[in-house]
Amino acid sequence: MNLDFSQIVPYIPFMIEGIWVTLQFVIVSILVGFILGTVFALFKIGKIKPLKWVADAYTSIFRGTPLILQLMIIYFGLPQLFGYDISPFLSAVLAFGLNSAAYVSEIIRAGIEAVDIGQTEASMALGVSYRKRMIDIILPQALKNILPALMNEFITLTKESAIVSTIGYLDLMRRAQVVGADLFRNFEAYLFVGLLYYLMVMTLTIIGKRLERRLKRSD
Amino acid sequence: MIKIEYLAKSFDKNEVLQNINLDIKKGEVVSIIGPSGSGKSTLLRCVNLLEQPTEGKIFVNGDELTAPKANITKAREKIGMVFQHFHLFPHFTVLENITYAPIKVKQLSKQEAQAKGRELLERVGLADKENDYPNRLSGGQKQRVAIARALAMEPELMLFDEPTSALDPEMVKEVLDVMKDLAHSGMTMLVVTHEMGFAKEVADRVIFLDEGKLIETGDPKTFFERPETARAQDFLAKIL
Repeated sequence: MNLDFSQIVPYIPFMIEGIWVTLQFVIVSILVGFILGTVFALFKIGKIKPLKWVADAYTSIFRGTPLILQLMIIYFGLPQLFGYDISPFLSAVLAFGLNSAAYVSEIIRAGIEAVDIGQTEASMALGVSYRKRMIDIILPQALKNILPALMNEFITLTKESAIVSTIGYLDLMRRAQVVGADLFRNFEAYLFVGLLYYLMVMTLTIIGKRLERRLKRSD
Repeated sequence: MIKIEYLAKSFDKNEVLQNINLDIKKGEVVSIIGPSGSGKSTLLRCVNLLEQPTEGKIFVNGDELTAPKANITKAREKIGMVFQHFHLFPHFTVLENITYAPIKVKQLSKQEAQAKGRELLERVGLADKENDYPNRLSGGQKQRVAIARALAMEPELMLFDEPTSALDPEMVKEVLDVMKDLAHSGMTMLVVTHEMGFAKEVADRVIFLDEGKLIETGDPKTFFERPETARAQDFLAKIL
């Protein structure tokens, strides 16, 4: 069998560096997706009809088209419209953050709706304002229920981040391609970054489990 | 203290309350009774606007709650409410449940709120439970915490929505005892209940609702011994 892992050894630091590059925009994208998703979730359950329409349309569009297409439109399409040369990093954060927000808003909406209406009524009866009610009473309970679904979304985002290699962003995936092309050996490089992706996802999984356990202490 | 004028409430086409007029004085304990589906809970929930009345006006201390510009959130601070299913905050400890609103709404310092909270826990007989989470408590204990939570806001009026209906029989008394205590301390109370004993013994006045209408009102002794209307007689014959 033609397999020689010693060949990729000189490239290992180069590939490991890709972890940080990937993590950088994945973390920012998760944050963007989470914050925007929360806002859209509140729009969806709110009483203001136009905001609800906006949030529903948003989800429909970003969930209804391929992520890679959204990335292409942002990176290659926007400069044509605005003459602004958008960086790969910003394109990636926008595409992944906006896309993730659509999914996260649905997860959070379901989570909020699953919290007993009595919690809302009890806090209303105590004179608690909408803002404080959401932040202190409803969202913490919603988050506890949806944590597994949210972790799923974050894991998906971490893995799908490999799509940015298509716009030449030097992430983990792209680095494997570069090494493969350099050596004319692809298997070893891809297998190696596959392991790195797996380790990243495992780390996320462990963080999620820990968080879940901490939130469950009141059960 | 509370004045309700021509109150009506419909859900879609379903008229739950019709033409309710009611005047409740400071310190008065009023029991609302009636068959299920008669609109008792809806009436109670209108008083702090958890239900928005379809028609009519509600005044608390002379301020109209139903006015378009009324600050309802502010008004609710003065109206405590206890629910059938407690609705304690499950992610807070017992003490945190009690101190949350005083700290976040009334801007009390944490120390002050905790001191007051411990006092209230003492009063409802749960001083040793302050660090427990609600799921560790029995139903009766939960309801007593819920009463303490409402009292922590120093309300002028307390609403009780079937506070003992979800409890095991042996826990009803401990909750009723706390409520009796409260009644004797001069709290204005509006109590929707199936506990005729409580209505008889503690209430200053009984209100009988049926099919969304106020059928009869009077002092408990007269109401239970010589109800005037046929519907009240019928209702009492079934339950007593």
